[in-house]
Amino acid sequence: MTILSLKDVSKSYGALRVTDGVSFDVPQGQALGIIGPNGAGKSTLFNLITGNVPADAGTITLMGRDVTRLTPMQRCLMGVGRSFQIPQPFGNLTVFENLLVAATHGTGASEREVSRRCAVILERTELIDRANQPAGSLSLLGRKRLELARAMATDPKLLLLDEIAGGLTEGECQALVATIRAIHAEGVTIIWIEHVLHALNAVVERLLVLDFGQVIGMGDPATVMASKEVREIYLGIEV
Amino acid sequence: MNWIDTILQGVLLGGLYALFAAGLSLVFGIMRLVNLAHGDLIILAAYLILVIVSALGLNPFLAALVAMPVMFALGWLLQRVVLNRVLGNDILPPLLVTFGLSIVIQNALLQGFSADSQRIGAGALETASVDFGPVTLGVMPMLTFASAILVIVGLNQLFYRTAMGRAFRATSDDPVTASLMGIKPASVFAQATGIAMIVVTIAALYLGMRANFDPTIGPARLIYAFEAVIIGGLGSLWGTLAGGVIIGVAQTLGAAVNPEWQILAGHVAFLLVLLVRPRGLFPRAYD
Repeated sequence: MTILSLKDVSKSYGALRVTDGVSFDVPQGQALGIIGPNGAGKSTLFNLITGNVPADAGTITLMGRDVTRLTPMQRCLMGVGRSFQIPQPFGNLTVFENLLVAATHGTGASEREVSRRCAVILERTELIDRANQPAGSLSLLGRKRLELARAMATDPKLLLLDEIAGGLTEGECQALVATIRAIHAEGVTIIWIEHVLHALNAVVERLLVLDFGQVIGMGDPATVMASKEVREIYLGIEV
Repeated sequence: MNWIDTILQGVLLGGLYALFAAGLSLVFGIMRLVNLAHGDLIILAAYLILVIVSALGLNPFLAALVAMPVMFALGWLLQRVVLNRVLGNDILPPLLVTFGLSIVIQNALLQGFSADSQRIGAGALETASVDFGPVTLGVMPMLTFASAILVIVGLNQLFYRTAMGRAFRATSDDPVTASLMGIKPASVFAQATGIAMIVVTIAALYLGMRANFDPTIGPARLIYAFEAVIIGGLGSLWGTLAGGVIIGVAQTLGAAVNPEWQILAGHVAFLLVLLVRPRGLFPRAYD
């Protein structure tokens, strides 16, 4: 079953086409990685999927339903969860409360119904020891974990991760990758934008390469990374 | 001069200032809105209680209970219809709008009730006192202080123990991210202002029973409320109580030395606290 489908989706800012006729399908349960140089339109693609940016043309289908004109809120309730490139925790709420807020408002359930699930998510994202600390006191790794946990708290069927491994040390990065693998192993579909390629390759089954808003390569990660076009454009290597 | 008596009277006076300030602190803490009409809204609520007392012949406390839902609705509407439109990155529009609102309320009250000073009669309660040996404390100031503590405990319970409170705090931290989580800031703000108006009604009850009021005294109450909020640290409710107590004690001590120094001593205490702790006594941990 296809969980997300983009068909000829385009978005321009003035004369600049940041998303140019992008089409791809994501089957349920897949982990798809998105790479591309800075300014290739990766984050805009996420904004189009979540609905924070309206598409100029094309259709976006979520679980068989056309969501192109739906609001971010409606898509969130349908099961689109997202972590941000720059962590934006509610600093004066505790870590647990951050999850409670996301879980109650993201699913429309009461706090009583979601509190147990929030505790489980904290355990899985290794934040349980920090549950009662103010989120503003977390380290960068902690904040990234919280981004992940908060996105999970909305009970997503499709999880969008935006450069979640950026800025972490090697050890921290591996710890986070293990957590993401575990979440993926439970059947959550993941789309992950990342510059840290080895982190990405440890999780994703398929890779999509964006350049100037266009899809220039898609498929098995090893094959995609080996292609001449990708190596030239993305890695800047003369082949 | 009885120092203990003076200080205790000041502490109890601080309860009244904390009641003035709690609503202001709540609104500022959640939506970073400085409501210049806060003092006038207290006076408006005092007139509302007065009207209910004289029209229905109710006890002032019962009248305040009747006034609360009316004031909640007024606050909710005010936020939804007026204030939500001017909230944004620029702090000037809300200042101008609430300043205008202050003038409108004052003149509407002047039109409706004339400039005569009024009082909410509380009967024997006004003069009742309890003898504690070296000091004698009025029942009314003690009730005021107890109400201030109850209000602050209640608001803290609401803030830290309920889903609504968490939505308030999340929105206060970051309205944009909160809206991505499915919180609607416009409606959160309307609820918050409604609740602030309930606190305003309680403040108005004690103001009206303890002193004369007329349509123009709102801004003077606003000054004390502001100072209490700022001394306490913006957005901290217990800090607001501490701020009110500091101003109250400074005023009674000042007055004990020389009656002309009462108001001045309060303002000087405010400046001294700011010199030592520019962010107030209990600032928010993360901004």
